[in-house]
Amino acid sequence: MKRHTFWNDLKNYRVLLLMLAPAVLFYILFAYVPMAGIVIAFKRYDYAGGIFGSAWNGLDNFRFFFESGDAWRVTRNTALYNIAFIVVNNALQIFAAVMLFEVGGKWFRKITQSALFLPYFISWVVVGAIAYNLLNYDIGTVNAVLRGLGLEAIDIYNTPAYWPYILVLVSAWKGLGYGTVMYLAAITSIDTEMYEAAEIDGANIFQRIRKVTIPNLYPTIIILVLLAVGNIFRGDFGMFYNMIGNNGLLFSATDVIDTFVFRSLITSNEIGMSAAAGLFQSVLGFVTIVTVNYAVRKYDKDRALF
Amino acid sequence: MKHLDRKIFNIIGYVSLIVLAILCLLPFILVVSSSLTAENKIITDGYQFIPTVFSGEAYSILFKYPQQMIQAYIVTIGVTTAGTALGLFLTSMTAYALSRKDFKWRNQFSFFFFFTTLFSGGLVPWYLLIVNYLHMKDTVLALIIPLVLNVFYIIVMKSFMSGIPEAIVESAKIDGAGDFRIYARLVLPLSKPALATIGLFLALAYWNDWYNALLFISSEDLMPLQYYLYKMLGNMDGMRKAMMGAGAVVTTAIPTESLKMAMTVVATGPILLAYPFVQRYFVQGLTIGAVKG
Repeated sequence: MKRHTFWNDLKNYRVLLLMLAPAVLFYILFAYVPMAGIVIAFKRYDYAGGIFGSAWNGLDNFRFFFESGDAWRVTRNTALYNIAFIVVNNALQIFAAVMLFEVGGKWFRKITQSALFLPYFISWVVVGAIAYNLLNYDIGTVNAVLRGLGLEAIDIYNTPAYWPYILVLVSAWKGLGYGTVMYLAAITSIDTEMYEAAEIDGANIFQRIRKVTIPNLYPTIIILVLLAVGNIFRGDFGMFYNMIGNNGLLFSATDVIDTFVFRSLITSNEIGMSAAAGLFQSVLGFVTIVTVNYAVRKYDKDRALF
Repeated sequence: MKHLDRKIFNIIGYVSLIVLAILCLLPFILVVSSSLTAENKIITDGYQFIPTVFSGEAYSILFKYPQQMIQAYIVTIGVTTAGTALGLFLTSMTAYALSRKDFKWRNQFSFFFFFTTLFSGGLVPWYLLIVNYLHMKDTVLALIIPLVLNVFYIIVMKSFMSGIPEAIVESAKIDGAGDFRIYARLVLPLSKPALATIGLFLALAYWNDWYNALLFISSEDLMPLQYYLYKMLGNMDGMRKAMMGAGAVVTTAIPTESLKMAMTVVATGPILLAYPFVQRYFVQGLTIGAVKG
């Protein structure tokens, strides 16, 4: 009987299933098959044997990764950068969204929003070029200004200590428009009656923002922060690679898991070890997002991701 | 007193928004200005926001021997067009099937897609699959396939299509229309705003892509624009060679610094020109995404 309904369903939904087929095949091939390819993290890869024919070497790749000392450095950098990005970016985006909503006429709002959104549209390659423009020792604008003021120029590309600040700024700069629009959409959907009620109660604008606007943004904030926290062990390769490139002098402060895996794979061809680092990252990320989601679910079921 | 609060608030608001807007625009002005400044001025005084000594030399060199640049443009335009069209078709078709409330397995399939955003095999198996098993290295497919589908776009499209009244689908069914016909003739025309938004997201991703080229492309004929720019920025010797290889008789020194910036302007230009017209759709699309959460 059950079998019978299954075949019936299959017949009923054959067109819909056919329509899903390309995407399903795509994700099987490019997402699920590579998941099976994780086995190379436990193998000594050789080109003749390929993914499934190479010899097993147990946990050697992981041992190599952890004993090199790179594991701790890149994991710490990845997490710390992402935490800084989450805090700074969201705070700035909420601030800009609230201000955009409250201040100015239609044109002011339109023009400001366009300006804030502009950096989102350019590639990381161009951002890298702009950064070079500003920070270069010989001809960068920052150093030109410093010299003009009679101060000593600073060799930014040789000094790791500056980079955490620079990268946080760049991330905030590029993401400001996108996040501001997200939060602005959430603010716009707040029931205006709430504002009116606050007005009648004699609340001034600061109180109104603190007591009405911000609390109403909590669901959006939670979703966006949850998504970001789930990706806390995923470094933004485009940003780090175009800002730093292969400048080894800065790696102590700027190397993240993604740039490390990339270099190990492409530059030094250590396939087993880079696969081990990648698997370590995936598992950490998976555990993080499931944990965070579980916590949110306990707190408020409707706000969880899944 | 209420008015004083409002005044203080407005001053804070205007000042901070104007400062933020200027900070977002300034780097672009710097690049354009640098590309128009005489090389020796840059060498002595650094990049500046206003071209104190104007020179169009960088652009005239760039446009004198533009073969490689044009080739990169052709690759990028081709990949962007083909990828966006294919991506829109696949995304909307998938989203339509998932949006059908009478489709019994829609949740299972949704999870099948969603799970790939939670866990992945990492870069290495994916890279080896594409290079060693699918042999896509140095093919145009390596630039199109990796970006063609994105779970986030499917979710946004699905939630938009879920908002289309079911009665429309029902009445078409009664008229004897098949599922694909309903999708192509009824649902697609009604989904124009979502299609415009996702189309723009896809086009932007393709236009700005350099990562897949970094991984998979070594042939110069297949270099997309952003990757070509990346190569040139990091390798001025390569740039000189490209200029000479194109038949340039280099009598004077090539103004490398202003040339870098001129290339950046030329590679970014079309995006910045299209930007004022497409921004609206981005905002719309983000709003759809935000509502869904």
